[in-house]
Amino acid sequence: MSALLAVQDLKVSFDTEDGVVHAVEGISYEVKPGNTLGIVGESGSGKTVGTLTIMGLTRAANTQISGKAIFDGEDLLSASEQQMRAIRGDEIAMIFQDPLSSLHPFFTIGSQLVEAIQVHNKVSKAAARTRSAELLTMVGLSDARDRLNRYPHEFSGGMRQRVMIAMALANEPRLLIADEPTTALDVTVQAQILELIADLQAQTGTAMIIITHDLGVVAEVADEIAVMYAGRIVEQASATELFANPQHPYTQGLLASIPRLDRDRTAGLDPIAGRPPSLIAPPSGCAFHPRCPRAFDRCSADLPPLERAAAGSEHLVACLLSPEERSVK
Amino acid sequence: MIRYILRRLLWVVFLLFAVSFITFVIFYLLPSADPAALRAGRQPNPALVASIRHQLGLDQPWYVQYGRYMKNLIFHFDFGFSYQNGVPVRQLIFSRLPASISLAAGAAFLWLVVGIGVGIIAAVRPRTKLDRASMGLALVGISAPVYWLGLVALYLFSSDIGLIPILPGANSYVPLSDDPVAWFTSLIMPWCVLAVSFAAFYSRLLRGNLTEVLSEDYIRTARAKGLSERRVVFRHGLRSAITPIVTIFGLDLGILLGGAILTETVFNIPGIGRLSYSSIVRSDLPVIQGTVLLGAFFIVFANLFVDIFYAFLDPRVRYE
Amino acid sequence: MSAADPLVEVRDLEMHFPLTRGVIFQRQYGAVRAVDGISFSVARGETFGIVGESGCGKSTTGRLIMRLLEPTAGQLFFEGEEITHHGRRQLSTLRRDAQMVFQDPYSSLNPRKTVGSIIAEPFIIHREARDAEERRKEVRELMDRVGLNPEHYNRYPHQFSGGQRQRIGVARAIALKPKLLVADEPVSALDVSIQAQIINLLQDLQSELGLTLIFIAHDLSVVRHMCDRIAVMYLGKIAELAESERCFAQPRHPYTGALLASVPVPDPALAAAGRRPVLKGDVPSPSAPPPGCRFHTRCPKAQSLCAQEEPPLRELPGGSFAACHFPLDD
Repeated sequence: MSALLAVQDLKVSFDTEDGVVHAVEGISYEVKPGNTLGIVGESGSGKTVGTLTIMGLTRAANTQISGKAIFDGEDLLSASEQQMRAIRGDEIAMIFQDPLSSLHPFFTIGSQLVEAIQVHNKVSKAAARTRSAELLTMVGLSDARDRLNRYPHEFSGGMRQRVMIAMALANEPRLLIADEPTTALDVTVQAQILELIADLQAQTGTAMIIITHDLGVVAEVADEIAVMYAGRIVEQASATELFANPQHPYTQGLLASIPRLDRDRTAGLDPIAGRPPSLIAPPSGCAFHPRCPRAFDRCSADLPPLERAAAGSEHLVACLLSPEERSVK
Repeated sequence: MIRYILRRLLWVVFLLFAVSFITFVIFYLLPSADPAALRAGRQPNPALVASIRHQLGLDQPWYVQYGRYMKNLIFHFDFGFSYQNGVPVRQLIFSRLPASISLAAGAAFLWLVVGIGVGIIAAVRPRTKLDRASMGLALVGISAPVYWLGLVALYLFSSDIGLIPILPGANSYVPLSDDPVAWFTSLIMPWCVLAVSFAAFYSRLLRGNLTEVLSEDYIRTARAKGLSERRVVFRHGLRSAITPIVTIFGLDLGILLGGAILTETVFNIPGIGRLSYSSIVRSDLPVIQGTVLLGAFFIVFANLFVDIFYAFLDPRVRYE
Repeated sequence: MSAADPLVEVRDLEMHFPLTRGVIFQRQYGAVRAVDGISFSVARGETFGIVGESGCGKSTTGRLIMRLLEPTAGQLFFEGEEITHHGRRQLSTLRRDAQMVFQDPYSSLNPRKTVGSIIAEPFIIHREARDAEERRKEVRELMDRVGLNPEHYNRYPHQFSGGQRQRIGVARAIALKPKLLVADEPVSALDVSIQAQIINLLQDLQSELGLTLIFIAHDLSVVRHMCDRIAVMYLGKIAELAESERCFAQPRHPYTGALLASVPVPDPALAAAGRRPVLKGDVPSPSAPPPGCRFHTRCPKAQSLCAQEEPPLRELPGGSFAACHFPLDD
């Protein structure tokens, strides 16, 4: 099955007053139709910038972009702004972390939904409103017609995120990019939203890229996972393979440092030492080496390429350690 | 929403009473000299003073005087009598009002269009030469005193004394009802001069607000929906950024309606501003009082309208 | 429920924020019942966790214990002394003995003060460490103890990362060796790889200084790891109060059960094993809590009694306390 989206060696950097920020340093991945790719990383890993760039939302005078993002045979990164606008909201849709600030406070949600529909479809306002009410019902909001006339601040966080999802799926996109969609929500609401997204995905066959820092969330929804650090992908594998057999010291470190409900509560946490690196002056060689418990002399000099963990395996890892050394827990 | 408006209206009524009371206190009770003598003007004769004292009922207690004053004001719309001009204050004020309104309204339109326009352009093209040039010019515009600008304008463009005599000079104001064309041309320079500092200030303000708004999350959502940049900036961005401008506009317009003293003086326009200036110089207290009250009225009501309009713009405010 | 000599005791504590309406005169027509009658005690040296979702009242409880707010009803005791309605002067000893660490490391430090002066402030306010030289020494020691470089004494908050700023907040809080530390969501705003550093720091300091720690958070895994006993709050009341181990292994209140079921575990095998039961609906508003048991509108086990009568928090066999008419039994 050929990929719906194929990102090839994407690089993004920004010129700022403090220097050049190397946000994304050559990442490549594929999303197959109907599948879910999880991108895991912390702040500064480049996970959000990468997807915003694919959507064409980071084009500014001070930004350098290189690489390709092939969607449906077309390279999004070299498409014109007009072509991108036709794709945004129609073929590829995006939902963001904070649904309160992501909806315009001055317009009713009905008018915002209608706008999302009408920008890509020549339909009457009445028809768009009917479709909006259908969408609200689809995402589990009752009294849809009445709710169309309400403002974002009149809803709770969970309901607002449902509205954002409705807006994103309005035109039946083939790819949904969800940037930390549940981070700002309570845990019981998070479960509802994740369940909703999974159901809708099954119904519509939409592929998804979910960006999160929460390993629990990504374990639940992703088929494939890419772990990002300092603008690069350091490990990439299927979800089951990644959790069963993490290869990169950063992934291992993350898994060891989080308290888990399914482990002994008195077991000590093993934090990753140090802090996330500067993107203006990243460490030489492997960006993780200052914090890596198993770094050796080559790590500060050579940049590890992202390659197969073992012959014939689909599991990719960017680490100079040998496979035996990596698997030591 | 209704509750919001009602609360604001009550506040307006209260404010006007407070202003009228303070004005009354200042002009009836505080002057160290004999109020009757003051009210009679600069060079009174004793007989006039005595009759004025009786007429004004200055032998009455102060709250009776205040009551009478308010009664006259509210029921008879009587602002008092200008002894120096020999006409009721009301007549003086209302004859000057159209000129002030013409001046204020025209300048307001101009500064809104220019200020908002320049602000938008500067905000969507940040840090370009256009942005820097316009903000620099705006700084000049804010700093230059309006009377200086007025005199420079006259010196350059006035038909009688100017270098490039293309516009009518000072003293050329005619009421709209007399001759619309002359009215219009006579006001072009005053409008421009008066509008400059406001336009400059508004453009800087809007640029700041709009730049901030355009970095908000909901703008990112709007772009992610595939909306055209024009729609994003105008419908989503401007709508949010304009709200502080609306508030300030109310205050500015309200103050101007009470008389743009400097501009009216430079261009010799017979408005409320000139009236209040001349009455201050001549200590014609009833007239001063009348112009103060009128000014307060305009400011208070302008702010009321602005507050209500703000609630239309921002739905979050309505549910207080 | 309580040890013989608790450090902190809370009895029927309430905090209602009034809602007013009116054109001229503001009339109170209701209240946000942020904390609506809770009771518990915290023993010396214990780590007590308060967990719940937004609107449950856990942050308000933290502020009440610190007497940053005055309760509208109920009683508050610190070291046996009632502090419910103490004035500022009477609270001065509390201010020395109880300290707080806040959630947002970016806004809880004064950006105009150097790190050194931020940490030195408690000494100045409470007149410890007589001169500047002694203060500086103390501050450097504190910085070292929380894992900061003492050489950075003269730097400003914005020059530090989120995790480091949180360390500064902790240093400031332990400066006067308090007896009680209230941590209100201390790691929620931090990156995952840094959270463990701060959690470990708090635990180390606790054993070093013999601190009593009240840990408020929404993240169940963190609370379970850190705390000996836990209170689960819902809409201003305590739903369950139990030892950490038992609370999570054998939850008695349906809400606790639902919370546990909602947390996604980082193990795809577990996730695939079955669809988790998901709570329906949203949290009701704290200004209009449902009658009877507050949770009954979303409870999968609710029955007619639940809508009529509010269940008291009572002890169940096994030692847990739950406010439920039909507690889960395992």
